[in-house]
Amino acid sequence: MEDIGNLMQGFAVALTWQNLLFMLVGILLGVLIGVLPGLGGANGVAILLPLTFTMSPTSAIIMLSCIYWGALFGGAITSILFNIPGEPWSVATTFDGYPMAQQGRAGEAMTAAFTSSFVGAFIAVLVITFLAPLVARFALKFGPPEYFAVQFLTFCSFIGMSREPAAKTIASMMIGFALAAVGLDIVTGQLRMTFGHMQLLQGFDFLIAVIGLFGLGEILITMEEGLAFKGAKGKINLKVVLETWKKLPRFWMTSLRSCLIGCWMGITPGGATPASFMSYGMARRMSKDRDTFGKGNIEGVVAPETAAHAAGTSALLPMLTLGIPGSPTAAVLLGGLLIWGLQPGPLLFVEKKEFVWGLIASMYLGNIVGLLIVLTTVPWWAAILRIPFSIIAPVIVVICAIGAYTVHNNMFDVVMMVVFGIVGYFFKKLRYPLAPLVLALVLGDMAETAFRQSMLLSGGSVTVFWSNGLVGSIMGLALVLLCWPLVSAGLGAWRGRLRAAELAAESPRAGEP
Amino acid sequence: MDQEAQGGAAATRGGLSTRWVELIVALLICLGGAIVVFDSVRIGAKWASDGPESGYFPFLTGACLLLSGAWIAGAVLVRWKRLASSVFVEWTALKPVLEMLLPTIAFVVAIKLIGIYVASAIFIGAFMVWKGRYRWPLTVSVSLCVPVAMFLLFEVWFLVPLPKGPLENMLGY
Amino acid sequence: MDRNANRRAALAAALAVGVFAAQPAAHAAWEPTKPVEFVVPAGTGGGADQMARFVQGMVAKHNLMKQPLIVVNKSGGAGAEGFLEVKGARGDPHKIIITLSNLFTTPLATGVPFNWKDLTPVAMLALDEFVLWVNAESPYKTTADYVNALRAGNPGQYKMAGTGSKQEDQIITVALEKFVGKKMTYVPFKGGGDVAVQLVGKHVDSTVNNPIEAIAHWRSGALRPLCVFDSQPMPYPAKVTATMSWQDIPTCKSAGLDVEYVMLRGIFMASGVSQEQVDFYIDLFKKVRALPEWKKYTEDAAFNTTFMTGREYVDWVAKTENRHRELMQEAGFLAK
Repeated sequence: MEDIGNLMQGFAVALTWQNLLFMLVGILLGVLIGVLPGLGGANGVAILLPLTFTMSPTSAIIMLSCIYWGALFGGAITSILFNIPGEPWSVATTFDGYPMAQQGRAGEAMTAAFTSSFVGAFIAVLVITFLAPLVARFALKFGPPEYFAVQFLTFCSFIGMSREPAAKTIASMMIGFALAAVGLDIVTGQLRMTFGHMQLLQGFDFLIAVIGLFGLGEILITMEEGLAFKGAKGKINLKVVLETWKKLPRFWMTSLRSCLIGCWMGITPGGATPASFMSYGMARRMSKDRDTFGKGNIEGVVAPETAAHAAGTSALLPMLTLGIPGSPTAAVLLGGLLIWGLQPGPLLFVEKKEFVWGLIASMYLGNIVGLLIVLTTVPWWAAILRIPFSIIAPVIVVICAIGAYTVHNNMFDVVMMVVFGIVGYFFKKLRYPLAPLVLALVLGDMAETAFRQSMLLSGGSVTVFWSNGLVGSIMGLALVLLCWPLVSAGLGAWRGRLRAAELAAESPRAGEP
Repeated sequence: MDQEAQGGAAATRGGLSTRWVELIVALLICLGGAIVVFDSVRIGAKWASDGPESGYFPFLTGACLLLSGAWIAGAVLVRWKRLASSVFVEWTALKPVLEMLLPTIAFVVAIKLIGIYVASAIFIGAFMVWKGRYRWPLTVSVSLCVPVAMFLLFEVWFLVPLPKGPLENMLGY
Repeated sequence: MDRNANRRAALAAALAVGVFAAQPAAHAAWEPTKPVEFVVPAGTGGGADQMARFVQGMVAKHNLMKQPLIVVNKSGGAGAEGFLEVKGARGDPHKIIITLSNLFTTPLATGVPFNWKDLTPVAMLALDEFVLWVNAESPYKTTADYVNALRAGNPGQYKMAGTGSKQEDQIITVALEKFVGKKMTYVPFKGGGDVAVQLVGKHVDSTVNNPIEAIAHWRSGALRPLCVFDSQPMPYPAKVTATMSWQDIPTCKSAGLDVEYVMLRGIFMASGVSQEQVDFYIDLFKKVRALPEWKKYTEDAAFNTTFMTGREYVDWVAKTENRHRELMQEAGFLAK
C-alpha cells in the first residue's frame, strides 16, 4: 500500500500550523464567494493568485483549493434562503431547499446540504486517493459521442417528472434550448439569432437567467403575497444540526447513488452541474414519496448537493492528470499550477509526489475544517430571514444586479436579468415549470456541440452513438430512462387492469354476506 | 394550487384576467418560435453531408416552440368560457408587485447613469422609507453601509470593477 | 501621495530584479492615478488569461506600479466585447488589453465593427507558437510521413482538432490543406486542453496545439511533435523529454510543409492617449520581461519572446492582419 504511505506523508506536509491557517482563510473566503452571486470561485482564486507567489506551491495550492471547497459549500446558502443559486451547480438545490426554508426549515435544509456536500466530497477524495491512476486513463476514452451520450443521459434522467401541463413543460424546455442557441455557434462560427445586435453575440448565460427567473421572480411573487418572507420563524440554534443528522442516515441509498453519479461525472468529466441535475432526477424517480419532491423534501437537497460536491472534487483528477479543467475555477487553478512551474499531466504524480499528496491530504482536512465552519454558521444564515423584507428585498435586488453584471462585466446582462425576472413571475403564476428551461439552457449548447462534433468525426452517421461498448451502454441506459415513465405507466395500467379483473372476480364473493 | 378554483372568490374583487394573460403568453411563445424558425432557415437548417447545419437544431426548437404555444393557446380558447371568472392577479395584489418592479427598473437605469454604488444607496434608502417606514438613522446607516461594504469587497478587496459614476470618478476611482 | 517615495520604492524594486535600463527619466513621468483594468478578450483559464494574470501577479509581487492592475475577462462574442470596450474608452489611459488572434479573426469573421487601428498599439509581449502534433502511437514519425499520408488519403479522411471555429487553429488547418492539396475534417473544441486530450485518446489524427497545451502529454510519451509553424526553431535547448528539447523540433518549412503562423500576445490601449502614457506601459512591460519569473514562464510555455514597440510593432500588426484576411478569404470565413 504505497498510496497510504504517500498519503501519510501528505498529511505531514499539510498538517503544519501555517497550512491549517491557510486552509481556514481559504474556506472562509470560499464561503463568502459562494454566497455572493457576483463573486465566482474564479474571482477568488484569481485574485489570491498574486498573493500566493510568496508561499511555497504546496501551501498556495492548499489555500486556493480550500477556496474552491468553500465556494462549493457556500453555493447552497443563497439557494436555500432566497432561491438564488450562487453557483450553477446549486440550481437543483433550490428545488427543494427553498420550499424547506419557506416552511421554516432553513436550518435543516442547510445542515442537510452541508453534510451531503461533505459526504460527496469525502467519497470523491477516497476515489482520487486509491483509484487515481486507474480512472485517469478512463477520461481518455471520452470523445464527442461519449460526451453527447452523457448529456443525453442527464436529460433523460430528468425529464418525465414534471407535474405541470405537458405543453407548458415542452414550451419551457424549448425556450431554454432556443436561448442556449443564441450567439456564436462554436462549431461553424456562425452567428445565430443575433439579428445584428452586438449585445446578443455573447448569448444568454445561464446564471443571468437563473438569477432573474428564480431570484427576482421570487421577490416579485413575495411582494404580491404580502411584504414578508415565509419561514421567518425557523429555529435558529445549533440543535437543528443534531436533529437533522438523526434524519440523514435514512437517505444512505440516495447518498451512495449520488456519490456514484457525481464521481463518474467528475472524472469523465461531465461537470458538477449536470451531475446535480441527474442526481436530483434519479433521486426523485427512485423515491417512494416522489410527489413531495419540489415541495420541500429533504432528499431533494441531499441528492444534488452530494453529487455536485462529488463531481466538483473528482473533477480535480482529470485536471491534475490530463490538464482539462472542469470549471472556470478549476481553469484558474490550473493556470496557477503552470505559473508555479507545476506541469499538470500524467507525470505530475511521479515527479511532484510531495505536492500531489499534500494536495490530496489537504482535500481531506479542508473538507473536515470546511464542514465544521459552515455548520457553526447555520444559525447566522437562518437569522437573515428575520430581517424585515423591506430592508432585505432591495439588498437582494442589488446583489442580483451585481451577480448579473459580473458574469460578462456587462450592463446588458443586468437588463436581461430584470426581463427574466418578469418572465419568471408570469411563468411561475401560469404554472410553466422553470426547471426544464434552466436544464435546457445549461445543457443545450454543450449537447448540441457534442452532437455536431460527433457528426463531423463520423461523417454524418448517427451510428457513431452505438459504435463502441461505452457510448452504446450510456445511450442504452438513457433510452431506458427516457422510456421508463411509459413503461412504468404501462406496468401500472396492466397491474391496474389485473387488479380490476381480480376485483371483478372477487366481487361476487364480496357481495355474499 | 388551481387558479380556476380560486377564481370564483377573486372575481368579485377584480383583476387581470387569467385567460387573457394565458393567451398572450402563449401567443408570445408562438412569436418567439416563429422568430427562431425564421432565423434558422436563414443560416441553413438542413442535414448536410457532414451532419446538421447551424440552424438544424434551432429550427426544430423553434418548431416545437411554435406548436406548444399553439397548443397552449388552443387549450385556453377551448376553456375560454370556463376561465371567465379566473383572475391572474388582483389589482390590489398587482400594486405591490409594480411597486417592486418599477423601482427595480429605475435602479437599473440609474446604475448606468450614476454607478451601482450610489444607485444602490438611493434604492435601498428609498425603499426602506417608502415601504418600511423606518426612521432616518436606520435607513441612512443601512443604505450607506451596504454600498460601502460592497465597494470594499468588490473594488478594493477582490478587484472586481463594477459600474461607477461621477462620484467615484471624483474620488479618484 | 508622495511621488518621490513611490519612485524610490519602484527603484528599489527595479534594482532588486536588476533592471537599470528601464528606469523612468528623472522628471515626473505620467503614471496611473487609479486602478488599471487589464482587459482579457477571452474566458478565464485560456492562454491570454493566464498571461494577463501572470503579469498581474508579477506587478503586485515586485511592486512595479503604484495602482493595482485588475484583470477583467470580457469574452462575449469571441472577444468582441472586450475590444469594443477599449475602443469605446477613447482617451482613457487606465485600460489596457491583451490580444490573441481574435484581434483579427473576430471582426473579419463576424463583421463586428472594430479594427486594431481603433486602438493604440503599445507593445508585443510575446508570440505564441503552434506545433503540429500526432499521437505517439501513430505511424507518422516525421512531417513528411504525415503530409504524404494526407496526400494519399481521401478528402476529409484525416481529422484535425482545434480550438474554436474560424480562429487560429482552423486558419492553420486551412493553410495546411492549401499546401497539401487535400481537405481535412476540422473538429472544433472549446479549449486547448480538451483538444490535446482528444488526440491522446485517438479520437482525432492531429492537432496544432500550443506548446503549453500539449507539453504534459509529450513528456508522458503520448504525443509526438512533428514541426513548429514558425520561421525558426524554438530557442529552448533544455531537454523536455529524455531525448528531445523544444529546440529539436524542426520548423515546418524546413520539414517540407511551407506554413508559418504565430499568434500575437500583444498589448493595446484605447485611442487618443498621449505618448507619455503609452511609454509608461512600455516601460512597465519591459520591467516585467526582465524578471527571472518571466524567463521561466516563457521557457515553460516555449513562447517566442520577440519584443516590439512603436513603428515596428504597428507594421507587424498590419502585415499580420493582411495575412489573416487573405487566408480567411480563401477559406470563405469572411463575414458576408
